[in-house]
Parts: sequence; C-alpha cells; structure tokens
Amino acid sequence: MLEAFNFRVILEYMPLYGQCFLATLWMSGLALLGAILVGIVACGMRLGQVRSLSVLAGIFIESIRSTPLLVQLYFFYFGLPTLGIMFPEWVTGVIALTLNSGAYYAEIIRSGIQSIDSGQTEAGIASGMNYFQRMRYIILPQALGMTIRPMLGQAIVLVKDSSLLSLISILELTRAGQLLTSDRFMPAEGFLTTAVFYLILYYMLKWFSSWSEKRLIFREAH
Amino acid sequence: MLSFYFQELMRSLPYFLEGAWMTIAVSGLSLLAGTLIGFVCGIIRAGRNKLLRAIIGIWVDLIRGTPFLVQVFIIFFILPSAGIELEAFPAAVIALTNLTASFICEIVASGIIAVPKGQSEAATASGLSNYQQLRYIVLPQAMRTIVPPLVGQYVLLVKDSSVVSAIGVVDITRVGWLTVQRVPEGLMVFGLVGLLYFAICYPLINLSGYLERRMTIVNTKL
Repeated sequence: MLEAFNFRVILEYMPLYGQCFLATLWMSGLALLGAILVGIVACGMRLGQVRSLSVLAGIFIESIRSTPLLVQLYFFYFGLPTLGIMFPEWVTGVIALTLNSGAYYAEIIRSGIQSIDSGQTEAGIASGMNYFQRMRYIILPQALGMTIRPMLGQAIVLVKDSSLLSLISILELTRAGQLLTSDRFMPAEGFLTTAVFYLILYYMLKWFSSWSEKRLIFREAH
Repeated sequence: MLSFYFQELMRSLPYFLEGAWMTIAVSGLSLLAGTLIGFVCGIIRAGRNKLLRAIIGIWVDLIRGTPFLVQVFIIFFILPSAGIELEAFPAAVIALTNLTASFICEIVASGIIAVPKGQSEAATASGLSNYQQLRYIVLPQAMRTIVPPLVGQYVLLVKDSSVVSAIGVVDITRVGWLTVQRVPEGLMVFGLVGLLYFAICYPLINLSGYLERRMTIVNTKL
C-alpha cells in the first residue's frame, strides 16, 4: 500500500487542503466562540433563581448530551427548511456545532462554579455584594482556573466534530479527503493527509492546554 | 399534510426499531471488545515497560487527535487496498472498538496510577506475585476511579456509533436519513431518531452520575 503512496497527487491537491484547513479553522473558531456564549447563558439559566428558565436549560442540556451530534446536524439540515428557514449549509453546520458544544460548556462551567466552596458565596453576601458582583469578583475568577483544561479538551472535541460537517457536503478537511478519493480513487493519500492536518491542530491545542495549566499553577503559587 | 406524514412515519417504525437493534449490536460488540483491549492496554500503560508504554501513548494520541469519521474512512477505504476486504459492519465494529479501547486504556491507566504506591509495596513485602498484586490489591481499588468515567465512555460509544452510518451501516441514523428522503419532515423524522438515542443514552448517563456519587462516598469513608 505505502510503496504506491503518491506524494505528487498530495502536492497537487495542497491548495485545496490549505483552503479546507482554513475552513475547518474558521468554522470551528466561530462555533467555539458561539458555544462558550451559549454555555455561559445556559449555565446561568440552569443555576439561576427562575425555575422555568432553569428547567428549560436543563432540558436543552440533557437532550443535547444524550443524542449524537450527527443526528442533531441532520435535524437542523433537514428540519429547518420545513420551517421555511433557508440557510447556507455551513451556517446550519456551525449552528449545530455551536448548540452541541454549548451544552457541554454549560456543564463544564457549572461544575467549575459548584466546585467553589459555598463559604465564598456566603462571605460575599456578608460583604454586601450582589449576585453579579459575587460572580464577577469571587466565583468566576476561581472557577476559570478549574475549568480551563476541560474547556480546551472540549475545544479539541469540537475541532474533530467539525469533520461531520463533510456529511452535509460542506467543504472542510474531511471533505477534501473525500474529494481526492472520489476524483482519483486514492483513499490512502486523501484520508491520511486529512488525518495529518487534524493531528497538527490536536497537538497545538494539547500543547496550549498543558502550557496554560502550568501558567495557572504558577499564578496560584504566588 | 402533517398528519399524513406522521402516519407514514409510524408505518416505517419497524425500520427504526431494526435500526435501533443495529445500533445496539454495533455498540454492544465494540463495548465488549473495546473494554477488554482497553483494560489490557491500560494495565501495560501503567506498568514498567517503557517501550510498550510509549507505543501505546502514540497510539492513543493518534486516535484522540483525529476525528472518528476519518478513522472510519481510513479503515473502510484504505484497508482494502492493503488486501483486507471488509464489509461495512465489521469495519464499523473495528473502528469503534479501536476508538473505545484507546479511551478506556487512558481511564484504566490513570485509575491504576491513582492507587497509592504503598499498596503495591506492601503487597510485594507480603510476597504476592505481580499478577496477584494486580488482581487482589491494585485493580479492586482502582475500579473506584475507573467505573464512573467508564460508563460515561459507553455513552460516548453509543453516540459515536451514529457516525458509522456514513459507510452504509443501517443503524438508527441511517434509517432516519433514508426515511427523510421519502417523508420530507426533517424535524419529525430526526426528532424520532433523537428520541431513540435518548432512550438508550439517558439511563446510562444517569447510571454514570449515580456511580460517581456512590464511589465518592466510598472514597471519603476511607
């Protein structure tokens, strides 16, 4: 298999891979920002005082977490047009990725907040701080240190999950491999190149994850 | 019109149940094989042989660093060019087993490492062989840290199994995809698909949470 490995074809397809690499980066980045926002809002609703909002956020989080991303993707891809909502494929894809990761971010943020000792909140109340002041100055700065690693872990998952977008014919890294396979019938060249690009992203995020952890421990020690 | 489609959908319910059966078969087989291989690799990874540890580490990184969809394509499209012809079903089981084994390997290894060193030292002092130490001293204690994330991993396995619909395994997701071509009500069709996954995953998620709480209580008692 490997002796017939055709590097020339890979070089020829490099511009396509570069374009697709950027597309994967761009769509995952957008979805990541959206997901963190969705996560903060959903977590705030879940932990907040309003019961109906809390139940709503709970249903959202649980239903996302107990169904596969691919099903959610198809749900929006085939479902939104029946409601008369027409988006380009990539928008549908980013929406599905955002909502999916958003539910996981909500859980990560929640466990970070709940890991802070309740004495901290009580001390905040005793000092006359309101809910937002307590969150802003006491809870969140501490919770962030606890959550940075799982958050980056979820970012890695999100980048990998973006490969599913190829199944609704969005042009990204996995789709580039499929194109090379169907154009030239060279699956080894196509998908192994795709895998290498994902590995580059993976090792970058992994390195960043351990780097940030060292920095945070360093800060705590002072 | 909607009620007509609903009746159509209800008529294809048997296909959905067949799909559910396929999902359970694929995930169940991979669960058994993946747990077995994962435990063996995890024990080796926590062991003393540096070379084997490094090899398993590289394997885990390769699997974690690439999307599952790409792994499925590599196994399904590239192995045939190496002379290994595979049907969709065995290819799916191999891909899922490989994925699950790599994750369980890390869970088991970190569980074993978390057992205090004094335990195995005391066992050596009592004249237990390596196998006896593992079997009677280390593993039973490590199981407390291993079991909750293990069940969580099974939930991921069921959800990830939806991806193998891309190579034509007729699981719940594939049945949904086929049905939506005939019954163009995406929300309804994939709502049903999601419900079926929910029915499988939600009890498992709760089981994982329950075990986690239970095991923590046991840990604090020590």
